Amino acid sequence: MRVVRYITQPTRMFWLGLLLITWVLSSYSFSLYKALGARWIIKFPKKWEMPLADTISEAMKWLVEDASFGLFTFREFTRFISSIIEWPYQVVRSSLIEGFSTGQGQQAVEIAPALSWIAIIVVLVALARYAKDWRLASLVGLCFLYLAVFGQWESAMITLASILIAVPLGVAGGLTLGILSYRSALVERLLRPILDLMQTVPVFAYLVPILFLFGFGPVSALVATMIYAMPPMVRVSTVALQTVPAEVIEAGTMAGCTQHQMLWKVLIPTTMPTLMVGVNQVIMLSLNMVIIASMIGAGGLGYDVLTSLRRLDIGGGVEAGMAIVVMAIALDRLSQAFAKKTQDDLPKSGLSFVRRHPWLMTVGMIVVGLWLVGLLVPSLQSYPEGATLTTSTFWTETMKWINVNFFDIFEAIKTFFLTYLMIPIKRFFVGIPWVWGIIAISLAAWRVGGWKLGLMAGFMALFIASNGLWGKAMITVYLCGVSVLIASVIGIPLGVWAGQNERVNTVVGAFIDTLQTLPSFVYLIPVIMLFRVGDFSAMIAVVLYALAPAVRYAAHGIREVPSQMIEAGKVSGCTSWQMLWRIKLPMATPSLLLGLNQTIMLALSMLVITALVGTRDLGQEVYIALTKANTGRGVIAGLSVAFIAIIADRIISAMAQASRERLGLK
Amino acid sequence: MQRPVKLDCRGVWKVYGPNPAEFMQAYDGAPSDSDLTHAGMIGAVRDANVQIRDGEIFVIMGLSGSGKSTLVRCLSRLIDATAGQINFEDNDLLAMSEKELIDLRRTKMGMVFQQFALLPHLTVLQNTAFPLDVQGVDRKTREVRAREMVELVGLQGREDYFPRQLSGGQQQRVGIARSLVTEPDLWFLDEPFSALDPLIRREMQDEFLRLQALLHKTIVFITHDFDEAIRLADRIAVMKDGRIVQTATPEELILNPADEYVEEFTRHIPRAKVMRLISVMTKGVPEGDYAGDLDGDLSVETAVDQIEAADKPFRVLDEAGKPVGTINAQTVIDVLIGRRLT
Ligand SMILES: Nc1ncnc2c1ncn2[C@@H]1O[C@H](COP(=O)(O)OP(=O)(O)OP(=O)(O)O)[C@@H](O)[C@H]1O
Ligand SMILES: [Mg+2]
Repeated sequence: MRVVRYITQPTRMFWLGLLLITWVLSSYSFSLYKALGARWIIKFPKKWEMPLADTISEAMKWLVEDASFGLFTFREFTRFISSIIEWPYQVVRSSLIEGFSTGQGQQAVEIAPALSWIAIIVVLVALARYAKDWRLASLVGLCFLYLAVFGQWESAMITLASILIAVPLGVAGGLTLGILSYRSALVERLLRPILDLMQTVPVFAYLVPILFLFGFGPVSALVATMIYAMPPMVRVSTVALQTVPAEVIEAGTMAGCTQHQMLWKVLIPTTMPTLMVGVNQVIMLSLNMVIIASMIGAGGLGYDVLTSLRRLDIGGGVEAGMAIVVMAIALDRLSQAFAKKTQDDLPKSGLSFVRRHPWLMTVGMIVVGLWLVGLLVPSLQSYPEGATLTTSTFWTETMKWINVNFFDIFEAIKTFFLTYLMIPIKRFFVGIPWVWGIIAISLAAWRVGGWKLGLMAGFMALFIASNGLWGKAMITVYLCGVSVLIASVIGIPLGVWAGQNERVNTVVGAFIDTLQTLPSFVYLIPVIMLFRVGDFSAMIAVVLYALAPAVRYAAHGIREVPSQMIEAGKVSGCTSWQMLWRIKLPMATPSLLLGLNQTIMLALSMLVITALVGTRDLGQEVYIALTKANTGRGVIAGLSVAFIAIIADRIISAMAQASRERLGLK
Repeated sequence: MQRPVKLDCRGVWKVYGPNPAEFMQAYDGAPSDSDLTHAGMIGAVRDANVQIRDGEIFVIMGLSGSGKSTLVRCLSRLIDATAGQINFEDNDLLAMSEKELIDLRRTKMGMVFQQFALLPHLTVLQNTAFPLDVQGVDRKTREVRAREMVELVGLQGREDYFPRQLSGGQQQRVGIARSLVTEPDLWFLDEPFSALDPLIRREMQDEFLRLQALLHKTIVFITHDFDEAIRLADRIAVMKDGRIVQTATPEELILNPADEYVEEFTRHIPRAKVMRLISVMTKGVPEGDYAGDLDGDLSVETAVDQIEAADKPFRVLDEAGKPVGTINAQTVIDVLIGRRLT
């Protein structure tokens, strides 16, 4: 009886009904198609497909070849942007790696060599010491020494060069937009939806167009990295500027600041600590892009990882991957130290410039000295090749050993998951007839967020179907779905535990922090080695990447439950189990939903990886478009992923909003 | 003998809400309080008139939300008044261009803020020198000037500290030094001591009076603390719901409160400190025996022991030294216990 009553509640009826119909249709769609001979049931009819991909390709071609803004053509415009980026990039690259020379090819004459590897390490160590203390300095020093000793120096410097360009440009761009939207409510209103969109659109939605506009090479990679890394900086700087106390601004006005002085002498310095948090984010996101960017022409460590993955060269992949990790850790800690830095040492006014900056002088002298000596002693100039160590064979051997001895165990795990979880879910999603799929998504969105959301979801789904991508989209949904499910099953309990126990929290927190510092692709290396290519490997890599928000938000939600609620629960005699289920978890629902939302977004943004391990989803579609430089196809596939992300984001945000209102939170 | 008016503000309104200017026009520039409520507008300042005279300490007093900060920000044109007229040294403040305003603020106005509003990245010295820095004064000169100011507010030896290394009282001293470094004529202080604890607050008030005795600025001082207002003010304007309900000397406020609201404030004030003999004496000097003569400007508090000890009344002298009234122990007791004087 209770069960019946439970089910016949209208809300539950709706969802159960929707699920049931979908399940039935999914199970019998194939038989239905056979019985009726109606192939359109399972596949969107070819003749109705929109020729959108070709149109976009044509349009892009026109844009690049013929478009003109009167004064200059579009091509001149992209060339101009290219040159802005390319020129400083070449300078940095030359000073880090190749040295400066004039002339071409054979006739090239070296004018000046690159900075010595020792000098670069010295500079970084000095920066770390300046930002914090000797401990950080030695960490940073060791990290970069590692790169030299393990033969990753040159690739690492290529990566560093692109970071050194992408980060300042990203920060400057983000700050500029932040300032504009701080100054003008109109700009803010215009920017907000774009930023929202950027956060939900996975990177490779714009990889192909960028590739097409700027060509294969470092410029494309830098542009993509900047676009990817800039949005948080815009947000951080807008918010930081908006939270400058009104009185401080008034104090500036009363001192007689001009608008320019207000910005540079009052607003930016006061918000510096927060801005530095934004800078740290830009750095981390840029590092995150290292491998993806190498698909469109960034060299360096990312490229090494990518080629190793393609060749299934275990050792090489691990080495380059570790190098990225090491670099990410060093740069992360360094930039965080700068963000937290407080000038506690009293400024020594009155001393001469040299005396006031002993560090700068020492480091400058070391760099110049090494540079001069390096002209004579090559091993000071570049790390001697004979002295490099390689762990490549070690990793390869270890993997071999693991595979020989534990093959059965890994295989059993994989088979278990595939048979009992992944394949059934895949069948379910792939089986859904597209017509019903569109209807079901619209209904769900309508139920959660009103008719507008329903209509939007319906149109987006229709767009995907009518471009012939329904099947791949469903595989995408299935892969992300399974990954998010598993990430939640692991992450939420972990977060709940951490939220209730300080000691667990420190351990879990450290673990999650490390996971987040690692660039996304790095997870893929060991996973592929253990489980080889396929859906299962893709799933594990995505889970590892997307785990963090599930844990974080759960812990946060539990911790934020008002203490009065907990006391009320205690007074009513709740056991700790009841407390969790009846009070803490319901109160934490909005937070859990936000975590779920973030988990889904991260999972979708890892999709291009899945293409590398041979899944047949939208990630693969983008990947194919990339290799064939087919803009139209790439844009459509990218948009489709973006649409899936947007639908998921809006539905879950609406649910979070509703549950917040139900709980009387704001 | 009244001093010239430095800042003249007439019929100033500040209305928040959609289209305030249109709203004001619709009501001929004088909406009533219920007009405002009906239209859903916030009348932060309503028809304010104040004349601030050269060299006086003018205190604006009122409860939280009564519109003091808004009014003072209109006076310094940190915000633009919705309606009204403000003249500064006979120049129309509201008609000034951005450039003229910047110039005016750089040379003639200084302001101290409730939350200190120091720049966290600058040291005490740099904060103090900041207004000179934005004027483009060279570093040597401005540091010399700033050092003087730092000394003036008693912070010597802490020039190289950052704001976060200072206590609240010390931070506000920096705020004061910064606002004075350009030697402004007109000095605004928006609840400068409200964020400090009572002991420090008193100390800072003494400090403030000491500075004013040295500098003779024209001062607009905001507070919600009536004791503070009494202690510091030459004249007080009491605000309520955006309107100025009374402008008077502290003594007049206590003697003749304009309404119950003002009276409520004055109720717990130690009257003996505020009242001068000349305002509480019995007028007229009948022939008779007197214990002696007292200066009419003395506060009741300072004279109380003398008056009480004598068994005869005293004569009270006006500024010219002419006897104009008498005072006895009974009057003093009335003042002390706050019995209504008529
Ligand atoms: N920007 C604004 N927009 C809307 N209303 C405002 C704005 N600024 C002030 N107000 C309103 O104007 C009224 C007066 O505010 P004001 O800050 O001048 O009060 P105050 O007397 O300084 O109070 P306090 O002692 O708390 O500082 C308040 O009701 C406030 O809500
Ligand atoms: Mg105020």
